[in-house]
Amino acid sequence: MSTLSTVARKSDGAFPFASELTAVASIAALGVLGYLLFPDDLAFLTRLIGITLLVLSLDLVTGYCGIATLGHAALFGVSTYAVGNACLGGLRDPVALLGVGIVAGAIMGIVSGALITRFRGLPQLVISIALGQLVAALANKLSSVTGGSDGLSGITPTPVLGLFHFDMYSRTAFVFSLVVLGIVFVLLLRFVRSPFGLLCQGIRDDDLRAQMIGAVIYPRLIIMYAVSGAVAGVGGALNAMTAGVVGLDSVSFERSAEVLVMLVLGGAGNLWGALFGGIIFQIFEHIVSATNPFHWMTLVGLLLIGIVLFVPRGISHGVAVLWSKVVTRGGQA
Amino acid sequence: MTDLLELNKVSRAFGGLRVNQDISFKLAAGDRVALIGPNGAGKTTLVNVISGGLPPTGGTLCLEGDDITRLGIPDRVRRGLVRTFQVTRLFATLTAAENVALAVMQRKGITRRFFSAATSAPEVREEWEKLLGTLGIAHLARITVSQLAYGQQRLLELAIGLALNPKVLLLDEPAAGVPHDEAPKILEAIERLPADIAVLMIEHDMDLVFRFAKRVLVLANGRLIFEGTPQAVTSDPEVRRAYLGSYADARRPA
Repeated sequence: MSTLSTVARKSDGAFPFASELTAVASIAALGVLGYLLFPDDLAFLTRLIGITLLVLSLDLVTGYCGIATLGHAALFGVSTYAVGNACLGGLRDPVALLGVGIVAGAIMGIVSGALITRFRGLPQLVISIALGQLVAALANKLSSVTGGSDGLSGITPTPVLGLFHFDMYSRTAFVFSLVVLGIVFVLLLRFVRSPFGLLCQGIRDDDLRAQMIGAVIYPRLIIMYAVSGAVAGVGGALNAMTAGVVGLDSVSFERSAEVLVMLVLGGAGNLWGALFGGIIFQIFEHIVSATNPFHWMTLVGLLLIGIVLFVPRGISHGVAVLWSKVVTRGGQA
Repeated sequence: MTDLLELNKVSRAFGGLRVNQDISFKLAAGDRVALIGPNGAGKTTLVNVISGGLPPTGGTLCLEGDDITRLGIPDRVRRGLVRTFQVTRLFATLTAAENVALAVMQRKGITRRFFSAATSAPEVREEWEKLLGTLGIAHLARITVSQLAYGQQRLLELAIGLALNPKVLLLDEPAAGVPHDEAPKILEAIERLPADIAVLMIEHDMDLVFRFAKRVLVLANGRLIFEGTPQAVTSDPEVRRAYLGSYADARRPA
């Protein structure tokens, strides 16, 4: 973290929007790279973006506030169902549906935050699991709203901005998702460096100290949960719109666990870590499961063990350490 | 002089163990008071009760005439009752500048801003630069706290305390564990604290107590047994007994 922060903060005074521009350029480059690597599988990349937004959302509460949760898919899932229902109910404009997802996610975020941040440590983790399971059970039982185990299908949004139809090759879905991801990522980069974001990191480091500078902690964490829910809601809305179906997998425990793994893989407490953790894990999973359908889980397990052994604080931290070594060596030469 | 902080028969018990009993004293603006006492006398508990970490089981606390007995930690901090910790408690993954900036921003109520860069806002930057400069650690501004030496962390702890514009500052063993060559820096920093604030310092090091305090409070077995000048404290028979008693206890085999 230390080396990472010094690296990240060197760019502080250099140029006012340097990090934002870097982010936009990087996400555009990743999009082009993705398109070149998987030209026939844009639907996969589109789904990847939705889940990556959930990893970013999780990073806000777990990485930046130190909240342990294994129920984060609830935020994602509730917004997918909200968007699915809104679309089937006649609200079919993609941007309006994004709004529905954001509101649903934020409300679910406030509800979960109000409950989960009351606790610390293991009880907190257990509450988060219980909440996730509760939402999953409701999604299964309330079949009039959720379609039960069949899910919701036939979600067909109108063209984006009235111009771009969602085509069967997922071109529109992919570009739309990529643009939304870029916007969300840039906004979040500013958000985590704001006074509020910094205070959340302070609470994560030592909540008694945070109180001793006069901060009331509970409402802060709920606000952060609401923002996290909104981001998860963006992911959920994209997922519902671009897949056209909503199913129980979007609220499953596996989804919650998987995004936590992606976050740890990339490096919690760093938005770039969440971004790359999400991308790398899902691409690895995609390639390996296609080439070796029998042993792909074993290989994913090996990747994780390797990461934890060699870069225990995540890929982003490992890269930052490497980078600072390169920089110092360059400086000495 | 006006009384800033007033303790009126404050008690704190843990079950049947009465750690603080009927403690009453006042702190006025400009006071420099040392709180001493043998190990286990209840000094840190008293600081926790004053700062709001522990509710008292009896008695009242007043800050500038207002009853603050039922207020939580953040409310007391906002009213100017600030403490430092015996073992440093800092935001370990943040830089020194960010630690102080957070305190400044919290005091100014701008941690509700969601969208501006945190440490570079001019009204914040000016303050943390000045505070780190006063304590002689300006060159460490961009270093992450977990990489700072212990003595530097103690100075930073003081800087955070000062960033909150305290009226009453409680220092819980500010020099404890600081390497010998760095201790003078801490002492200098304490001597240069703003003259109009009241400072209550818990300290074991009697040299430091004599240099710093104009008044000494002695706590033994949870009770305040002495209040007076540093010169009078060493000759007081009850104080001598309390300290000798604790040493005699310490020598007894466990």
